Amino acid sequence: MTTATTTATVLEASGVTMRFGGLTAVRSVDLTVNTGEIVGLIGPNGAGKTTFFNCLTGLYVPTEGKVSYKGTVLPPKPHLVTKAGIARTFQNIRLFANMTVLENVLVGRHTRTKEGLWSALLRGPGFRKAEATSRERAMELLEFIGLAHKADHLSRNLPYGEQRKLEIARALASEPGLLLLDEPTAGMNPQETRATEELVFAIRDKGIAVLVIEHDMRFIFNLCDRVAVLVQGEKLIEGTSDVVQGDDRVIAAYLGEPFEGAPEDTALDAVEAAEAQAADADADADTDTAEAPAAEAQTADAHTAEGDTK
Amino acid sequence: MTTTTTETTAADTTPRLVPLPHSAARVLIALGAIGTIASTFMSWTWTSDFPGDLTVYGYPAGLQVLALTGGLLTLLLGLTLWDVPGLRWANPARHAAPLALAAASAFAVCWFTGIAIAVDLGGFVNLDPGAYVAMAASLVALLGTLALPTPGGTWRDYLKKAENIPPAADLAPWAQRLAVTAATALALIIFTYGIGIPDEESETFIGFLLLVVLGTWALFAAGLFDRFSALNARHKGFAATLAFLAAAVFPLTQSDDHNANIGVNILIVGTVALGLNVVVGLTGLLDLGYAAFLGVGTYAAALVSGSEFSRFSGVQFPFWAAALTGMAASLIFGVLIGAPTLRLRGDYLAIVTLGFGEIFRITVNSLDGASGPNITNGPNGIARIPDIEIFGLNLGNAHQIGPFTIGRFANYFLLMLVITAIVVLIFNRASDSRIGRSWIAIREDETAATAMGINGFRVKLIAFALGASLAGLAGTVSAHVGYSVNPAPYQFAGSVPPNSAFLLAAVVLGGMGTVNGPILGATLLYLIPEKLTFLQKYQLLAFGIALVLLMRFRPEGIIANRRRQLEFHDNDPLDVPEQRLPDSTVGATKAGA
Ligand SMILES: Nc1ncnc2c1ncn2[C@@H]1O[C@H](COP(=O)(O)OP(=O)(O)OP(=O)(O)O)[C@@H](O)[C@H]1O
Ligand SMILES: [Mg+2]
Repeated sequence: MTTATTTATVLEASGVTMRFGGLTAVRSVDLTVNTGEIVGLIGPNGAGKTTFFNCLTGLYVPTEGKVSYKGTVLPPKPHLVTKAGIARTFQNIRLFANMTVLENVLVGRHTRTKEGLWSALLRGPGFRKAEATSRERAMELLEFIGLAHKADHLSRNLPYGEQRKLEIARALASEPGLLLLDEPTAGMNPQETRATEELVFAIRDKGIAVLVIEHDMRFIFNLCDRVAVLVQGEKLIEGTSDVVQGDDRVIAAYLGEPFEGAPEDTALDAVEAAEAQAADADADADTDTAEAPAAEAQTADAHTAEGDTK
Repeated sequence: MTTTTTETTAADTTPRLVPLPHSAARVLIALGAIGTIASTFMSWTWTSDFPGDLTVYGYPAGLQVLALTGGLLTLLLGLTLWDVPGLRWANPARHAAPLALAAASAFAVCWFTGIAIAVDLGGFVNLDPGAYVAMAASLVALLGTLALPTPGGTWRDYLKKAENIPPAADLAPWAQRLAVTAATALALIIFTYGIGIPDEESETFIGFLLLVVLGTWALFAAGLFDRFSALNARHKGFAATLAFLAAAVFPLTQSDDHNANIGVNILIVGTVALGLNVVVGLTGLLDLGYAAFLGVGTYAAALVSGSEFSRFSGVQFPFWAAALTGMAASLIFGVLIGAPTLRLRGDYLAIVTLGFGEIFRITVNSLDGASGPNITNGPNGIARIPDIEIFGLNLGNAHQIGPFTIGRFANYFLLMLVITAIVVLIFNRASDSRIGRSWIAIREDETAATAMGINGFRVKLIAFALGASLAGLAGTVSAHVGYSVNPAPYQFAGSVPPNSAFLLAAVVLGGMGTVNGPILGATLLYLIPEKLTFLQKYQLLAFGIALVLLMRFRPEGIIANRRRQLEFHDNDPLDVPEQRLPDSTVGATKAGA
């Protein structure tokens, strides 16, 4: 597959395998991403997509295989991976909930600044300058994603869609060469999804390669130059949108049984239907975890309200 | 409050607790407040056996002063009901809660006094008419305030902060500064008064606590605290300087060096708590063995102090060198403990630090020449530590500045104040920087923080080391203040203050992640058992109860970090960022308020 020259290869994962005890979540997956590319990673729930991302970013140490970024092999340490130039977002949003929107993005700039404790205590001109530049850069990013007007809000108080955007801004703050997005449109309405599509294109136009996991097939096929399909930890197929859409095995994988002699044009619909289900299940799971505390707070509210009216 | 009823008469439908017309309520409040004030100029009991001597006609004393203050506060807030010009600022929302709380403060003081006299002296016959007047008048005022209309009409409404507080009128800058100055002066007066109550007058101190708690609450409910912190934030440098000036004035107001001793100890534990706040409040690492770092600093300073009981008795470092030695020793100890343990998360870290804290004490006990090499003199500790000399000034001697005598403890108080100022500056600068943000990020979500490029271990180790060296710095002074050091206090929990549980409680009680919080927490936790000697036996129990109540009713601590406050009270629309963080407004004296 590597027709591009090595300098153009941003990410090269070869033979990545991840075992949890007896379970092999990712089995010998190879994947390359080149500069200027948007690559999609799809697959049914539990296929190992997120696990693969975690292997790429050093959150998991792969059992086998290696990951290299622009020709250098990455150590499996998250902060070194980010420093090298790979940034990511999380499937279940992991913002710093009690920091402001601006502060979240500033944390993202951690690897691109180096002021330590001493310069913070002494506050020399170098420190002030670095701090001012960071703020400026962070505000630019917030403008880019359209959240500049909420810079001083606590990130936990943002609506869901904006939280996902903020996660992207925070990742971009580390000035990456490759951005990994784990289900960036989960829980979004159609308009927000369209907006995210535009955002991903804009990011690509900044010269940042993108690898994106998504259950929304239209989103993936609109966006991606190449799509890889992961099923039960193994890469089933990789190719352009058309190739993947037309492949019987993909449909079989989503529906769980061989799908023989199906007419070509229904293939996409079938996958979409299956995906819609998966996405639903997914969104449900997401909202469950994300909104449980909020729901609790609401019941607490209701109680106090009751007490008040008594 | 037997008159409690939520039913309202047909004629008047505004919800209230006591069904009386508004005009009657106003009259009751005014009469009650004036009556309370007048009663404090009468005799409350016939004998001066009761603490504070309440027998005099003509001027108030002891608890009467407190009742007078409560009465004046009620009157001041009550006058806002008549729309007296120039007083509207006191209760901008014209809310009932501040009034009810102010009246409750006077009521609490008067009734507590009456009952205390009866209990101490054996029966109500010991009460003079003044006491009856005070009790009756304060009750009348309280009933009057409870007849004021509130949105809900339940007792809770009389405790809550007003909701629609109109924005403050834009004062001229000098007036703003004047307001900050006045508030700081008030805080200094309150603190000085409290610390000046003689140790044997527990009754007076309880009355003082009742008044301060309810009075502060009243001002908070009126929205005055929010306004004050907004002003403070606007004049940050001014407010901070003023706070430290006020703290520096404190020893001059004390004729008794004993109070300066309490003051310096409060500063020491407050500073150490602030160091712990870096670790617990900012970075979110639960350290249960923090007192050990204080111990290391104290011992290091004691060893190089030139004491004849020190292993290195010939060595006597100047103070600056001793301070650096103490800091360095704590820093090394912090790194040694942190390096293996900071790879653990959450509960595991807490348990391991608890263990290391105990190991320090046990090791110091064993390095006595019998069970180990003689370094620390074992449980006997290092005694007769000479006083610090700075610029040829021996801090052990009293010095004269104009008409004021600065005693030994006052000297140390001033030295410690400088150190507290340095630590506050370090805390503020560190927390508002790249490293501070990475600490908070680790606290919020360690996985996401590492994925953002933060080297979690390194950053946590820096926090741990910084926290340790700040404790070590404070320890170097504490070695000299206390004349001697021994291993006993540096344990997890005990009845003598600088133990790990005490420090942690100070941080949690005051407010995690803030500057004022730990200092306020340390002040309260140190001062209350000091003044209420009968409580000392139950100190740990009282601690536990206080913390449980705190966690139930105000989990973010007394002074809330803006972030924390939002975390725990989800429904408050506080995220609108108009006022800046009030927690960066430093204040050692504000801690007394
Ligand atoms: N830390 C872990 N320990 C054990 N098993 C794990 C762990 N992480 C993931 N798994 C397992 O690995 C498999 C792949 O999970 P993964 O989260 O990567 O799926 P996914 O493709 O991202 O699914 P989804 O579309 O639902 O996000 C699942 O069976 C999951 O239970
Ligand atoms: Mg996933």
